[in-house]
Amino acid sequence: MTATAQPGPQRLAPKDYGSDQEVRWCPGCGDYAILKAMQRTLAEIGADPDRTVFVSGIGCAARFPYYVSTYGFHSIHGRAPAIATGVKLANPELDVWVVTGDGDALSIGGNHTLHVLRRNVDLQIVLFNNEIYGLTKGQYSPTSRRGTRSPSTPQGSIEAPVSPCGFALGAGARFVARSIDTHQAHLVDTLKRAQAHRGASFVEVLQNCVVYNDGAFAEVTEKEVAPDRQLHVRHGEPLRFGADRRRGLRLRPGTVALEVVPVGEQGVTENDVLRHDETNRILATLLASLEPPGFPMAFGVLYCDPAATYEADVHAQLAAARAAGRADLGALLHSGHTWVVG
Amino acid sequence: MIARQTRDAVAIRFAGDSGDGMQLTGSQFTVETALAGNDLATFPDFPAEIRAPAGTTFGVSSFQIHFGSTDILTAGDELDVLVAMNPAALKVNLQDLRVGGTIIADAGAFTERNLTKAGFPANPLDDGTLGRYQVLQLDISKLTLDAVAGHGLGTKEAHRCRNLWALGLMLWMYGRDRRATAEWVERRFAGRPELARANLAALNAGHAYGETAELGSPVAAYTVAPAEAQPGRYRTVTGTEAIAWGLVAGARAAGLDRVVFAGYPITPASAILHTLAGLKAHGVVTFQAEDEIAAICAAIGAAYAGALGVTSSSGPGMALKTEALGLAIATELPLVVIDSQRAGPSTGMPTKPEQSDLFQAVHGRNADAPLPVLAPATPSDCFAVAIEAVRLATRYMTPVIVLSDGYLAHAAEPWRLPDVEALPRFPVRFRTDAAGFHPFVRDPVTLARAWALPGTPGLAHRIGGLEKDYDSGHISYDPDNHQRMTRARAAKIAGIANDIPPQAVQLGETRGALAVVGWGSTYGAIQEAVRQARADGLAVSHIHLRHLAPFPRNLGELLAGFERILVPEMNNGQLVALLRGAYLVPAVGLNKVAGKPFRVSEVAAAIRARLDRKREAGSGKRKAKGGVR
Repeated sequence: MTATAQPGPQRLAPKDYGSDQEVRWCPGCGDYAILKAMQRTLAEIGADPDRTVFVSGIGCAARFPYYVSTYGFHSIHGRAPAIATGVKLANPELDVWVVTGDGDALSIGGNHTLHVLRRNVDLQIVLFNNEIYGLTKGQYSPTSRRGTRSPSTPQGSIEAPVSPCGFALGAGARFVARSIDTHQAHLVDTLKRAQAHRGASFVEVLQNCVVYNDGAFAEVTEKEVAPDRQLHVRHGEPLRFGADRRRGLRLRPGTVALEVVPVGEQGVTENDVLRHDETNRILATLLASLEPPGFPMAFGVLYCDPAATYEADVHAQLAAARAAGRADLGALLHSGHTWVVG
Repeated sequence: MIARQTRDAVAIRFAGDSGDGMQLTGSQFTVETALAGNDLATFPDFPAEIRAPAGTTFGVSSFQIHFGSTDILTAGDELDVLVAMNPAALKVNLQDLRVGGTIIADAGAFTERNLTKAGFPANPLDDGTLGRYQVLQLDISKLTLDAVAGHGLGTKEAHRCRNLWALGLMLWMYGRDRRATAEWVERRFAGRPELARANLAALNAGHAYGETAELGSPVAAYTVAPAEAQPGRYRTVTGTEAIAWGLVAGARAAGLDRVVFAGYPITPASAILHTLAGLKAHGVVTFQAEDEIAAICAAIGAAYAGALGVTSSSGPGMALKTEALGLAIATELPLVVIDSQRAGPSTGMPTKPEQSDLFQAVHGRNADAPLPVLAPATPSDCFAVAIEAVRLATRYMTPVIVLSDGYLAHAAEPWRLPDVEALPRFPVRFRTDAAGFHPFVRDPVTLARAWALPGTPGLAHRIGGLEKDYDSGHISYDPDNHQRMTRARAAKIAGIANDIPPQAVQLGETRGALAVVGWGSTYGAIQEAVRQARADGLAVSHIHLRHLAPFPRNLGELLAGFERILVPEMNNGQLVALLRGAYLVPAVGLNKVAGKPFRVSEVAAAIRARLDRKREAGSGKRKAKGGVR
C-alpha cells in the first residue's frame, strides 16, 4: 500500500498505464475487463508507475505484467508470491501486485499462496478464477466444479473444488474480497480497497474464459439472475439481496449456519438480518462459502482486519540490529578467539 | 614436573554417543590448540539422527582433529589417539586407529548393556583384543560424578559433564591451556551458574588427574610445538562461517547495502542460514522460506529489486531449485547459490560429504542454460570463493553456483585474517540513464545486461522467462532471435574465462609425467599425497580447480603438458568426464563415495599405481620392440 504518487499536474489517465505491447488474450476474454479495471484503479489512486511492480507466474493471467506500463516480472508457474516476497524484502517501498490464476495460485503455487498470506507480506494478490486451465488448452483446474468435462476428465471431474476465498481465510489472510471481471465499478472499488490495505490482500475475480469454460459463472453474473444470486456486502450494512433487497441472511437459530429469510414477511424485520462486519473472520468464512442454488454468492470485501506486516517487522529487526551493533567487517572477522604469529 | 615427549603432529578423535557432547569437546580442543599456535584440520562426523538410541553404533558422533608443528592439510589418515566414551564409539572407530595408537576409554560406560548394544560378546578392554594398542581405561563416569559432587546436580546432569572431564585430561596431555574453554563454559551456562561450576570442576578434575595420577608408562604427556606460519593475526574458521562472512564481504565489495538470504532448512546447509541470521547489523536479511523453490524465488525477487540475492541448499534442494535457476539465467539476474553437497542420490546420507553435484551444477537444467560454477578448496578458502561468486554474479548478471560440501561446512582450520581494506572492490553500477535503455541492452565487454531497479524513474520495464528480442527486450518467438539470444547467453558465461586467473599449478612443474587434478575439499589429501610422491622423486604435479565452469582459459594447454592425468573425486567420475569432454585428454578417475574424505594414503597409492603402470607400459613397449628386433 505504498508508493502512490501525490496527485499533481502529471496525474496519469487509465490509458497511460497501458504498455506498448500488443495484448495477446483471446477476443472476448474476461482478462481484458480486469486489465481495464486495473488501469482505472492505478489512475484513480495516482499510482507511480516507477514504484509499482506487477509480478506473475504462468498462465493466461500471468501475461498481465506485459500490458501495464509499470515495472513487471513474469516469472515461473506458481512462484509469483515468493518472488514478490523477495522484492518486498529488498525494497519495502515498492507497491507490489501479484497477478495469478486458479491453477497458478491454488495448484502448483498453493504452498506459496498459503505462506505469503499467513506472513502478511504487504502486497495485493489478484486471482483470476476461471475454473479452467486456459493456456494448456482446457483441462479442469482446482476450482473446477465436480463433473467438469475437460480433455483430462472426459467423464467429468471427480474432485471437490477449492474455494479461493475460503482458502485465503483459512491461510490467515487479513484482507479477502471477491469481484467479477465485467463489473467495472465494483472491481475498481475492490482493487482500490485491496491496494489501500496494509498487508497481504487477496482478491478473487470471477473471470470468464470464452474458449474453454464460457459461461461458467453465468448462473451468478447474468443480469437476469444477478439480484437473486449476488450478495454485495458492505461493512456495517445489513446482508440483504434480491429484487428490492427483499431477502436477507440471518443466523439459523440453534446452530452456526446462515439462512435466507424474507425481510418484511413472516415477522422478519431488518433487525433480524445480520449486518456485515468485515473484521469478523467467522462471518467472512460463512460468507465465502455461500453458493447457488441455495444461497447468493457474496461479493465485496468479505474480510478486512489489518495486522503487522511481514516486511515491516523484518526491517524493524534489521534497524534494531543496526542500531545496536556496528556493521564493521573487520570486527566481525576478529570476533572470538584470535592469536598473533610473528 | 613430567617430562613431555615431543610430537610433530597428532590426530585425535573424540567419539561417543550423539548426546555425549563430542562436537563441543572437539571444538573446544580445537580452539585451545589453535591458540597454542599449531596448524590444524578438523573433521566432525555425526549421524543424521538427532538423538539415536543411546549406546548404539549408529548413534556414534565423533570429532577428529589433526594438529602439529608442521603444515597440516587434512584431518589425518590414521588416529594416534581415540577417546571412546562408550563401547559403540570404540567399535565404530577402532579401525581408524593406527597400530600402537592410544585408546582412552571410559571404563565406567563399558557396562554389559552397552557392550551388548555395541555387539561386543565380551568386554574388549579386558579380553586382550586390544593388544595392538595402548589402552588407558579410566572410570571417567565415576571420576566425573566425584568431581561434580556438591554442585547440586542430579545424576543425569552430573553424568553429562564427563565430556569436560575427558577434555580436561586431553588438554593436560598435550600441554594446552584451559582458559578459552573456561570462558566458553561461563558463557554457555550463564543462566545456570551451578552447571557452569560443575562443568568447570569436571574440566579441572580431568586436567588434575593427568597432572597427579600415575597414568602408567605407555601413556605420556606430549609437546607439540607451534607451527611455522606467516606473521599475522589468526583465528580458526569453519567453511560455514567463511561462506557467511564472504557473502557479507562480497556485498560490501559490490557496494550493495542489503543481502537477502533465503533458505529452507536442509542438512548440511542450514548452518549458513543460522550464521547469517546473526548478521543483521551487516545488512543481512534472512528469510526462512516455505520450501526450496520459494527460497530461490525470493532471492531472485530480491535481486530484481537490487539486493544481493543468495540462496543455499544441498543436492535434493538444488534439484528443486532447478527451474528457478533457469529463470535467473533467462532474466539475467545476479544470484549466488551455495550447494553444500552431501552423499546421494535422493536423501542418501545427509550428514556425509560427497562431491556428486558437479554434473547437476554444470548441466542440470532444461535447455541451454550455462552458469558459472566455483568450488572452495578449504574452509578458509570459502571466504575468497564467496567473494568471487558475488563478483561474477553482479558483473555478469548471472546466477553462480558454489559447490561446498558437508566436510567443508563443518571442518575448521586456522586462518590468517585478511586486511579488510585490501579486499577487492567491484562496485555495481545500476542503470539510471533512460537514453537508449531496454532491459536487455548489453555491456559490450562483459555482455551483461543492464541492472535497472524498480523504483528508478523512467526505466519501467518488464522481464520474464519468455524469450526476448535481442534489440528491444520485448517478447519474441523469432527463430533467428532465439538462436542469437542462446548464443549471447552462452558467450557471456564463456567470456568469464577471460576474467579469471589462468589455472596455476598448486605444487610441482607445469609439465611432467602425472598431473593430479582435483576440485573442492579433496585439496588437502591431494596436496599431501603429491608432496609425499615428489619427496620420493616422482614427477607429479597438483592442479586444483576453483573455477569449474567455465574452465580457466589455459587449462587445456596445461593438461596437455602431462603424460597422465589422475582425477580424485568424491563421486563416481564427474570432473574427469568434463575434462575428457572439453579437452579430449586421457584423464582417469580415482573415485571414492564412502561418505568420508580421501585419505592421503589412498591418493598416494593411486599416484604410485599410475606411475608404475606407466613404467610397466614403457618397459612393455621396449620389450615389444625387442621382439621385433
